[in-house]
Amino acid sequence: MTAHFFRRHTFAGLMCAVLLLAGCGGEPEYTAHDITGVMPDLAFELTDDRGEKVTEADYDGRLKLLFFGYTNCPDICPATMSRIRAALGGLDDDTRNDVDVLFLSVDPERDTPKRLKQYTSSFGDEFVGLTGNQDQLKTFTKRYRVTYGYGEPNDNGFYLVSHSSAIFVFGPDGRSRLLVNQTETVDELTADLKKLLADLE
Amino acid sequence: MTDEIIRWITPWEPQPWLIVLFALVAACYLRGLARRRRLRDTLPALAFLLGLVSMYAVMQTHVDYYAQYMFFIHRAQHLILHHLGPFLIALSMPTAILAAGAPAWLNRGMRGLGTLPPIMWSYRFVQHPLISAVLFVGLIYFWLTPSIHFTAMLSARDYWLMNLSMAADGLLFWWFMLDPRRPGTTRTTYSTGLRIIVLWAVMPPQIALGAYIALAPDTVYDVYAVCGRAFPISPIVDQQLGGLITWIPAAMMSVIATLILLRFGFVHDRSPGATAGPSTKESPT
Repeated sequence: MTAHFFRRHTFAGLMCAVLLLAGCGGEPEYTAHDITGVMPDLAFELTDDRGEKVTEADYDGRLKLLFFGYTNCPDICPATMSRIRAALGGLDDDTRNDVDVLFLSVDPERDTPKRLKQYTSSFGDEFVGLTGNQDQLKTFTKRYRVTYGYGEPNDNGFYLVSHSSAIFVFGPDGRSRLLVNQTETVDELTADLKKLLADLE
Repeated sequence: MTDEIIRWITPWEPQPWLIVLFALVAACYLRGLARRRRLRDTLPALAFLLGLVSMYAVMQTHVDYYAQYMFFIHRAQHLILHHLGPFLIALSMPTAILAAGAPAWLNRGMRGLGTLPPIMWSYRFVQHPLISAVLFVGLIYFWLTPSIHFTAMLSARDYWLMNLSMAADGLLFWWFMLDPRRPGTTRTTYSTGLRIIVLWAVMPPQIALGAYIALAPDTVYDVYAVCGRAFPISPIVDQQLGGLITWIPAAMMSVIATLILLRFGFVHDRSPGATAGPSTKESPT
């Protein structure tokens, strides 16, 4: 009886073992998530911090770091901008000149081009402020499966904005490459950028 | 007001073939109800339609948007896709009514498919008690593995693969569990005792995972921070709610199913040869 039971169920048991063992992967190459082929290529129609209409073509041929935020952001945006500035400091001057940091504000109500310019210029020349109307922002954020939302304003009219906390890295050809989250250190980000640039050579 | 309703019923990421499939199933069922004059048999019909509509709603309305950008709503979405919706559909035993309402070519096609050896074998394989339990829990663990969950929420293709695999496995599992026929009627109608063992075996792993997520002091799934949340809410509260949904209602479904199986057992004991549930009324001929 028992032997019969085991014979009948051996195959099922083996399959379970196979299912459990499947899913051992190789070692990661980057500290960041490699999103090559997972997310679509860069494409947008937005307004830059000079108030001019821009598309992805305006940043063609340069490595792009994209971050979604807003200038009233109390913590995560200034911290991330500082981390990017520090990480870029680890690259040599020539390389750094071929990098754009796109700060995309999802709070166009408060973030006028002028205000964006003030904000991004305090971090460096590589930093560009972008924003758009709600339609443009929705189209663009949906393309990258990210979102944003607004909290209730307080007595002073101040409100919080929920937004993506990651840095999206696009190659010079606009292909999506890396996704850097908040736990990555400055040194790791520098190393990832160097490695990506070397891989793209 | 109208704008608001339109916004809510518009699919966030429309999948035309999924909408057609749901419409086809609903049409067959309603037509079957009318043809078999079973319109007064409201409870099974209500269960079926509630299951179908809830599964549709979490995939093809604005609910899907919130499920993509809030962990706890994502967990509620999977509770419906994997547990509640398929449970209600299986409980309503819709096969006879669907067949009565479906066009003849579809019935012929389905019967033909069902007799193909590879299909029969794979069906028996996935409905094997051990495999079915491993698949049921395994899929929950698989898609909730942090690195896999990360890609699934970012890649449009993987996201649909995740949701559809949960829905399909849910239907298979509860179909196997809530089979009202006398055990042994078909090769996949297992004994009540064995089914109750499976139901209780899938409970502790779900409780463990839910409790782990709910009680974790740090963020387990960073993809919701990466993608941004639908409205500002504390990440840890979002995670705790999601853990609780994975933990409590999911495990309670096993308890409810056990009670239903015990009731099936009583029916079989009292009248040998009977099928428990609504289809008893149509057996004499």
